[in-house]
Amino acid sequence: MVGIVSCGAYIPRYRLSRKTIAAAMGWFNPQVLPGEKAVANYDEDSITMAVAAGFECLKEISRKSIDAIYFASTTSPYRERQGSGIIAGALDLRPDLRAADLTDSVKAGTGALLAATDAVKAGEAGNVLVCAADCRLGKAGSLQEQIFGDGGAALLVGTEGVIASLEGSYSLSFDFPDHRRAEQDRFDRSWEDRWIRDEGYLKFMPMAARGLFGKYGLEAGDFAKAVLACPYGREHASIGKQIGFPPEKVQDNMITSVGDTGAAYPLMVLMAALEDAKPGDRILLVSYGNGCDALCFRVTEEIGRVRNKKGIKGCLSVRKDLNSYQKYLAFRNMIPMEVGVRGEEITFTQLSTLWRERKTVLALGGVRCKNCGTPQYPRQRVCVNPECGAVDQMEDYSFADKKGRLFTYTGDNLAFSISPPAIYGIVDFDGGGRYMFDLIDCELADLKVGMAVEMSFRRKYADQGRGIIGYFWKAVPTEGVI
Amino acid sequence: MAEGIKDKVAVIGVGCTSFGELWDKGPEDLMVEAFTEALEDAGIDKKDIQAAWLGTCFDEVNVGKSAVSLATTLKLPFIPVSRVENFCATGTEAFRSACYAVASGACDITLALGAEKLKDTGYGGLPDFGAVMGTKNRLIWPNMTAPGQFAMMATKYFDKYGLDPEEGKATLAKISVKSHRNGAMNPKAHLRREITVDQVLKAPIVAWPLGLFDCCGVSDGAAAAIVARPDIAKKLRPDPVYVKALQISVSSGEEIMYSGTWDGAHVESTYRAGAKAYQEAGVKNPREEMSLLEVHDCFSITELTIYEDLQISPRGRAREDVEAGFYDLDGQVPCQPSGGLKCFGHPIGATGLRMIYEVYKQLQGKCGKRQIKNPRLGLTHNMGGFPSMNIVSVCILGN
Repeated sequence: MVGIVSCGAYIPRYRLSRKTIAAAMGWFNPQVLPGEKAVANYDEDSITMAVAAGFECLKEISRKSIDAIYFASTTSPYRERQGSGIIAGALDLRPDLRAADLTDSVKAGTGALLAATDAVKAGEAGNVLVCAADCRLGKAGSLQEQIFGDGGAALLVGTEGVIASLEGSYSLSFDFPDHRRAEQDRFDRSWEDRWIRDEGYLKFMPMAARGLFGKYGLEAGDFAKAVLACPYGREHASIGKQIGFPPEKVQDNMITSVGDTGAAYPLMVLMAALEDAKPGDRILLVSYGNGCDALCFRVTEEIGRVRNKKGIKGCLSVRKDLNSYQKYLAFRNMIPMEVGVRGEEITFTQLSTLWRERKTVLALGGVRCKNCGTPQYPRQRVCVNPECGAVDQMEDYSFADKKGRLFTYTGDNLAFSISPPAIYGIVDFDGGGRYMFDLIDCELADLKVGMAVEMSFRRKYADQGRGIIGYFWKAVPTEGVI
Repeated sequence: MAEGIKDKVAVIGVGCTSFGELWDKGPEDLMVEAFTEALEDAGIDKKDIQAAWLGTCFDEVNVGKSAVSLATTLKLPFIPVSRVENFCATGTEAFRSACYAVASGACDITLALGAEKLKDTGYGGLPDFGAVMGTKNRLIWPNMTAPGQFAMMATKYFDKYGLDPEEGKATLAKISVKSHRNGAMNPKAHLRREITVDQVLKAPIVAWPLGLFDCCGVSDGAAAAIVARPDIAKKLRPDPVYVKALQISVSSGEEIMYSGTWDGAHVESTYRAGAKAYQEAGVKNPREEMSLLEVHDCFSITELTIYEDLQISPRGRAREDVEAGFYDLDGQVPCQPSGGLKCFGHPIGATGLRMIYEVYKQLQGKCGKRQIKNPRLGLTHNMGGFPSMNIVSVCILGN
């Protein structure tokens, strides 16, 4: 049996109410969609969100068991430098790994999932991690700005402990040019919205579902749920109706809570459906983007394991209003901000150093002294314990999955940050080890010495002039003050 | 412990420029001014100087690397000149080199000069750290500043001793008010206005919990000291000042990487360098024996913890001494009679030598309205880096 073994979701903490967008841009575009959308923090992108989802997905799963990683996104920050490679580095996966990026269509998420199941079915890989994330930009005042949300999803495909097996699939591919971004485009360009809805979503999605039904002799009644990756409310309901699903059997499309998260979108809605699924349920998933992929899943007895994860529900519960549209524009680098000379100053990143220190930087890998047991970060050759001092007695030790306590902190208005103050502190890790880190996804006033934190992979800096994005780990305060 | 250099080196001349935002002066101007004053004070000729050390830190906004700038600016006649750098403790590092050359017998008379031009960066505060800590650290360190690093010590100090931020900040404010009171009387200081506790508490936050007046100024300046063998010093002037101790302590990495020892509410190197200096100088009870302190008050919290780390105030009880005026100009152990970094600002390479300038002048009784009565032993404390990773120099001078 081949299928989904584990899943992890990531929804950024900030939510932008579409009313906030309307308040700022309603003079220009009076059309307002309901609800809110998830917005990546200024230090998040599709790579960091994919890492966060992958991290959640691989909890309690041996990283050594991963044979391949596929990253699906239309917003990978590099044109050349493999996103899946960065993600694999951050997740500390084995280097003898098949890694590939699937891109250029929001259908890439299901494309990656199908490629993963194919590889596992063919016996070429035991476990394949599929990470999908998107962070698409609509121009200020556009409908896309309201529709697009940011988020990530990760699914582990394998044969052991399958929670939902993939029973079959049916794909359609058309050069339907509804959305496009050319070489230098940062923003989505699209054709008339009515045409996209009527000729795109309303035609292809039913066509794909019916194709799947026909291929496997199934009908709507055989399914417990339909997951339809259509962000338009009315069309979403209409597609369900067209293919025979009553409204209660169509999974909520998350448009009012998260938005259309591109390549990750169908996988995130699927995860939400899995969270409520029972053993034996059949789930129909139809993605959209230059055609469609339709997939048929059968939920197994192992489904209970999904509920032990943070999941979509858990992610939705962690939220903070981004109550400033201007802040959203600044976070997405959509307006030129006065960063000052201090903000402009960026030291050259020596990529040979980065490569040499990849465990330290990308994977937050430290060491533990075999002589005295002291974990330490960054990697040391001479033990930092003043009572020990052993030389070259170190073994690898990961800090990425360790929780910690805030030893001390500050909110710095002098250091450059696009979201001042720059909050940072010193973290004492549970089990030993101490270092200083940026703190993110928190407010200064909520911090307390001793507060619990966990680590999150983020953008540390972006050297625009040289095309280098520095990634590193930051500490995120978690609920509960100890 | 080694024999040390107590009474083996004497300061025979000092110089110090006015500190401030000296937009119309370059580092070379500052070097010439500090050197000229020191040379006149010592009453010697340039040719009598046998070796020199230049202290500068941020070479990218200053005179660049090496000591060539000092030698060519002052036209030093082909003598050995070196540049030294040890973060914000650079000035004392230059002084230490000059003293060691004399104490070793390698030289009779040497020069230490520190100069820094901070106001050519285009923004407030110290130059961005960039690669100052090494390119590897750039990849992992927060984008932090000095105020933020020291603010973290304030956060921790308040937490450890159960002070709510208002209480803690009120105590810190008194430290700054005291230094401004002294600095207002110092013609060479950058900031020469008295301030009130209320002003300090209402000032904008630079790095929580530290506000604007908890932070020292940022300025340009240079300072110099000429040192000699004691027998030569006595022939040159009736009142040379003797080096009683000169110690330095550098973090081992334990504070920032090992969670077993450091409490975050003090600076371990200050304690260690102070303890070694007292031993070298033969000081048994610093609270009773020290006449004055010129310490590295880059931030008010730094000064508060220095009181404890230098064993003048008991641990956790420096507040009581602050409240009692113990460190005021007319208190038992005046601290920052010059106005400190608070009022002078902190041109990195110059600061350590600027402290020596003040203690030397105080010991000679030449400080006018700021003069402390009958000082016997004065201490300079110069710190580079952060509470969690640093260099501390402690120098004790006496007559």
